[in-house]
Amino acid sequence: MTASNKTTNILVCGTGGQGVMTATEILAEAALSLGFDAKKTEVAGMSQRGGVVTSHLRFGERVLSPQIVPGEADLLVGFEAAEALRWVHMLRPGAVVLMNVGRLVPPVVNIGLFDYPEDPVAEIRALGLEVHAFDASALAQELGNIRLGNTVMLGAMADRLPFPAEVLREAVLARFASRKPQLVDVNRQAFELGRRAVAEEALAA
Amino acid sequence: MGAPLPAPAASRLFLSGNEAVARAVWETGCKVAAAYPGTPSTEILEELAHYPDLYAEWSVNEKVSLEVALGASMMGARAFCAMKHVGLNVASDALMTMTVTGTEGGLVIAVADDVGMSSSQNEQDSRFWGRFAHLPVLEPADAQEAYAMTKAAFELAERHRCPVILRLTTRICHVKGRVEVGERVAVEPAGFTKDPRRWVMVPGNAKPRLPLMFEREAALAAEAETSDLNPLFDGSDLSVGFVASGPAFMHVREAFPDAPLLKLGLSCPLPLHKIRALAGRVQHLVVVEETEPLVESELKAAGIPCHGKDILPRLGELAPDVLRPAVARLFGGAAPAPAHVPAQQVFPRPPTMCVACPHLGVYYTLSQMRNLIISGDIGCYTLGAGHPWNALDTCISMGASMGMALGMDKGRGAADANKKVVAVIGDSTFLHMGMQGLLDITYNRGNVTILLLDNRAVGMTGGQDNPGTGRDLHGEEAQRVDFAKLCEALGVKRERIRVVDPYQLPVLFKALREETKVEEPSVIITDRPCVLIDHYQPTKPYLVVDERCTGCGNCVDVGCPAIHVTRRETEVKPSGKEVELSFVRIETSACTGCGLCVQPCAPEAIVHADPVHPIQFLRKQ
Repeated sequence: MTASNKTTNILVCGTGGQGVMTATEILAEAALSLGFDAKKTEVAGMSQRGGVVTSHLRFGERVLSPQIVPGEADLLVGFEAAEALRWVHMLRPGAVVLMNVGRLVPPVVNIGLFDYPEDPVAEIRALGLEVHAFDASALAQELGNIRLGNTVMLGAMADRLPFPAEVLREAVLARFASRKPQLVDVNRQAFELGRRAVAEEALAA
Repeated sequence: MGAPLPAPAASRLFLSGNEAVARAVWETGCKVAAAYPGTPSTEILEELAHYPDLYAEWSVNEKVSLEVALGASMMGARAFCAMKHVGLNVASDALMTMTVTGTEGGLVIAVADDVGMSSSQNEQDSRFWGRFAHLPVLEPADAQEAYAMTKAAFELAERHRCPVILRLTTRICHVKGRVEVGERVAVEPAGFTKDPRRWVMVPGNAKPRLPLMFEREAALAAEAETSDLNPLFDGSDLSVGFVASGPAFMHVREAFPDAPLLKLGLSCPLPLHKIRALAGRVQHLVVVEETEPLVESELKAAGIPCHGKDILPRLGELAPDVLRPAVARLFGGAAPAPAHVPAQQVFPRPPTMCVACPHLGVYYTLSQMRNLIISGDIGCYTLGAGHPWNALDTCISMGASMGMALGMDKGRGAADANKKVVAVIGDSTFLHMGMQGLLDITYNRGNVTILLLDNRAVGMTGGQDNPGTGRDLHGEEAQRVDFAKLCEALGVKRERIRVVDPYQLPVLFKALREETKVEEPSVIITDRPCVLIDHYQPTKPYLVVDERCTGCGNCVDVGCPAIHVTRRETEVKPSGKEVELSFVRIETSACTGCGLCVQPCAPEAIVHADPVHPIQFLRKQ
């Protein structure tokens, strides 16, 4: 089935350790809770060693192939600025990009073999895409833990999905309620911070 | 490990293929499960460790895991083993004989092919082993099917009394989908029946069994024709019909929803009559299979005309975007490609060693030495082949560093007379396949220095335990091998075995220089835990005192990802020679205080963040 059916294709990208896979899993759980069929797949073979992580999520009435065809992603969620730029070719024209402007500079750049792109946000915007960029890493840091970055990013996505933001928020909180109840409140804050950051950024743009 | 209780029957769970296989293995009443970790198969046994009423182990290698499973099967118990594609090569010796004896309790071998090679040294098609060993091969297409076919595999195995290969690929193992699960059945092992003519494979006993193997294959072929595992999805558009298996089935169904499609769930032996009937109804028959043109060749050999790798790529994964244009070319046209945003050039982000990885010190030291030939092996430490160390010359397969090093030593000509041969191997890899190679080195008087990098984990696959860690699959205390004594037992002289701390660079350097000078086998064991496992204790972080940094870049050569170059300058020496200077800072939040970068820093510009320079520490934050 092609892009003409109602399958929603979301590509989440970042680097190992940022919580890309967990965030996508929570997103999938939210979709499943509404009765959608869903498939989720990763390319993360070397992710523990700082490599690139991409997570494909497809949901709809019935999902066959787990992989998003290049040019058919509806939403790109970048947990790291250069990683968002790396995956823009997966998007259909008119798609939306939500991205963290926070940078994780790899050793190959640190030791001078390659350059980090000067302004990834501007480069993506120049391709005619709707971009919402904000510093999710800084927001997570403000709440006291960089690892809240994935909840901030989930909050950022919340109003861009074909289902109500509350469904996603409940999926996030339910996960913490069952595993780490002491973290429910701070994750609620992180979620709302991300959601507000995108709303404010959209107003400012 | 906190073992979650298995979800109740009829739950609809969101499971990966690996989790789905594990659930099904448990439900079938399987009694023994064994594996050696290997991407993308690792999580099956990790998951099985959580289930009660089942013995699950990490074996030292795949051949042993298959032997463990066979032993259990002989007792009449259901048994399971899992491995990655290259693991079946290791296990093949046992496999090729157990296909002759056959099995008793259902024995299922899950083999995960790394199609697209996300983390393997080759891309190979395990379906060949089904043909080679005359065994049935099942190929699920997603997690729900992985669950169902695992159960079907046990039944098939017991019906035909032979092992069944469950062929998985990365897009099964690591794809999550909805899986409706069932209940566990308890199966009591039937018990061992003494039957030397069956179980003792000396030629006189094996010969009469070979015809039975071919009878079994014929019965399986008949079953494949009518099996529910090979359904035909009829279609209205007869211009092209498909035969597909595994994830390729999903891609075909997605790209060509109106085309007739025969799904091969039981893909070996092939249901040739069923395929011939389909071929007769469509204008073109296309075989869509990952990786090799195996079904395609068998169809052509049977006189069934078809397309396959003549239009589809020979390598890598098959996805809808690959299939559509390939089939369009069959009709002389081009498929309309979806409009997409153009790709942008971004730096590569290759995997690196972790901050404070104990291997950093080893590769830094090796990179500072001259005239070494370094025979490498499989694991995290293979990354030593990359920047900035460039300190590995080979990497072939598990344990191969040992034998290859001996071959390098014996095969060297005059051009390499002054070179020292060093072999590098990890703890688990050494136990998996390296021990035999070391024995060969000592026995044949090889002049090789072995660096045994003991980080007390199977690092690359996520830190699993092995006999070198002193813990089992369940995280419980187990017999811990003494590597120094083991090497001594394999023939290395006691005084040629050293245990060093890889964070002590001068000690490591001295040990390497001395041992490579000695003209006999020597072993240097580096003993520090992997930073990703829970025994690792970070200490106070370091920072760079800007005023003292001379930009020499020695710390950059260590290769720690926490070291960032902030500024580059070119200095012209009085001799006229240009020198590149790299001024650095340390990402204090990442630094664990291992102290590796401190040691090559001549101006002593790297100091503890606290309490030596509290103001600078704050500024860096």
